[in-house]
Amino acid sequence: MIEHLPALMIAVPLFGAFTAPLFKKHYKGVSIWAIIITGITVILSLLLAKEVVTGGIMVYVFGADKPTLVLPSGYSVPIRIMFEVDAMSAFMAISATLMSFIGALYSSSHVEGETGLEKYYALLMLLEVGILGMVLTGDLFNLFVFLEIAGIAGSALVGFRNYRGEASEAGIKYLIVSAVASLMVLFAIGILYGQYGNLNLAYIAKNVSFNMVDMIALGLLFTSFAMKCGAVPMHYWVPDAYTEVPTGINPPLLVATYASLYALFRVSFTLFANIVVDLARVGWIMSIIGVLTMFIGVTMALVQKDVKRLMSYHAISQTGYMLLGVGVGLTVLHDPSKLAEFGRDAMAGGVFHIINHIIYKSLLLMTAGALFYVTGTRNLNEMGGLARKMPVTTISFMVGAAAISGLPPFNGFASKLLIYETSYRLNPLLTVFAMVTSVLTLASFVKVFASAFLGPPLEKFESAREVPGPMVIAMIILAALCIIFGLFPNLVLDKLVYPAVDALINFAQYHSWGGLA
Amino acid sequence: MNGSVFVNFPFIVVAVLLALGFYTIGFKRNLIKVVIGIEILEGAVNMFIVALGYVKGGYAPIYTQAPPEAAGKMVLPTPQALTLTSIVIGVAVTALMLAFAVNIYKHYGTLDVTKIRRLRG
Repeated sequence: MIEHLPALMIAVPLFGAFTAPLFKKHYKGVSIWAIIITGITVILSLLLAKEVVTGGIMVYVFGADKPTLVLPSGYSVPIRIMFEVDAMSAFMAISATLMSFIGALYSSSHVEGETGLEKYYALLMLLEVGILGMVLTGDLFNLFVFLEIAGIAGSALVGFRNYRGEASEAGIKYLIVSAVASLMVLFAIGILYGQYGNLNLAYIAKNVSFNMVDMIALGLLFTSFAMKCGAVPMHYWVPDAYTEVPTGINPPLLVATYASLYALFRVSFTLFANIVVDLARVGWIMSIIGVLTMFIGVTMALVQKDVKRLMSYHAISQTGYMLLGVGVGLTVLHDPSKLAEFGRDAMAGGVFHIINHIIYKSLLLMTAGALFYVTGTRNLNEMGGLARKMPVTTISFMVGAAAISGLPPFNGFASKLLIYETSYRLNPLLTVFAMVTSVLTLASFVKVFASAFLGPPLEKFESAREVPGPMVIAMIILAALCIIFGLFPNLVLDKLVYPAVDALINFAQYHSWGGLA
Repeated sequence: MNGSVFVNFPFIVVAVLLALGFYTIGFKRNLIKVVIGIEILEGAVNMFIVALGYVKGGYAPIYTQAPPEAAGKMVLPTPQALTLTSIVIGVAVTALMLAFAVNIYKHYGTLDVTKIRRLRG
């Protein structure tokens, strides 16, 4: 069974998604079904990660026993659809399954009052399928297909509250961005296919020659994935989508955004890694986009009144840290001494920040969802004095706010410190921007804390109480993860993050799968 | 000389369609027209892939029915398969976009993208 794990990762949530509409009359049933299915995928992804970290890259071929089978005529190129799982994919798969599970758990009480919940859960699981497919696949066209699945499922969920005009507006924005981005990805795939006659990532990466046309393909892929992961200047869809989506979907939607970030890393590290000359320039572009993203995101966040919108702008600004960390690593990828000195740690910081950010941003958005659930408004000016009424939410919010600002005992500190230390070695200016961003982040969360939780108790929230059990459990799990990852960062760094970083750095290993070399 | 123009003709059409699609998405105010622009883009990309897979004098890759002279002259089936998949995905995307457009019209009473701006800041 272990060798079929990559296929099961797709098959189980897909099965769950297509059976979910059968529970049309049983809303409780479908939410429990979703929790079970996503829970199983968490276990599968942990098994997969264990297998990959101990046993090396897994190549799974659909429709054949082993990847080395060739055409009867002896023409030896990879011809089948393959999943190629390295430590980086496994790392992303864990994030995706964990967050889908948390999302399903939180949803079970957060969207109780809505109609059409069987479709909601079917789309939630389809979104998970899309993310998992994107991060596990070793085939460019497959990447496009799963990108579209995640895009369609995601935007349908953004527009889920179709009795609100704003939801449809945010949904169509997200869909237009993701449709244009994935069409440009397809165009780039067509260019690469025309040149190399194959769609396998490893095969193309080994043969890539980087002429003019390849440069266009790299540019298109880079831009489209940057667009999909919400980097400045293509960030405008992020706050709308994150604000309008039901809060239970926020964690998987965050991971869907970072699946595009993963694709960006995969393209720049694996697909075009053999180009020695120009890669440093791509790395610089990535770092500068990262700095711009974090700074513009946080300045936009400071002026927001809507609590969820404020946090969505922070999601943009935190994406900048990941781009900065990994961009610093990409800049020095072909310089072994600098890579060992700080490049590897910079990438570790960037990759570690992905999972940290997913955890604390989901936690923060969930507290915002809890405030909305209780008060019925997202406007900060209309809230106040909720700290006593909702103790768990308040504590969760404080943990999340401390983590996102990078205060020491929480997980944000661990990854941000790595990024500060290493980006300083490349250029001190990058670090200055990163630190200023951190301070501004803290400032805006103090504002939220003061206006929503502190202050005199308002009369209209006299009867407000803590949110129902499943939501509390989901928040407590995430808050606990924040603290655990902050207190023992080496646990995650050694077991998951450094293997993932090494998988990105040792691209030759990814290229040399099977025996077709 | 005559030949080289016609060899590249599909790609010129693709470039024109791409430009047209981006123009429509960027400068048209009606939401339905924006959706049409995305459809034009999709047509351009699909045509690009089909044009890549075309080989003059090639045979369809159906092994069981192939005449003897087809050996070694078959085209690769991948581009057609890719295009089919991409068309199917495109239909789903269009349907969803039009559904959103209908819903937006219901709530805002207009399809003008400059007036549909409740989400801002």
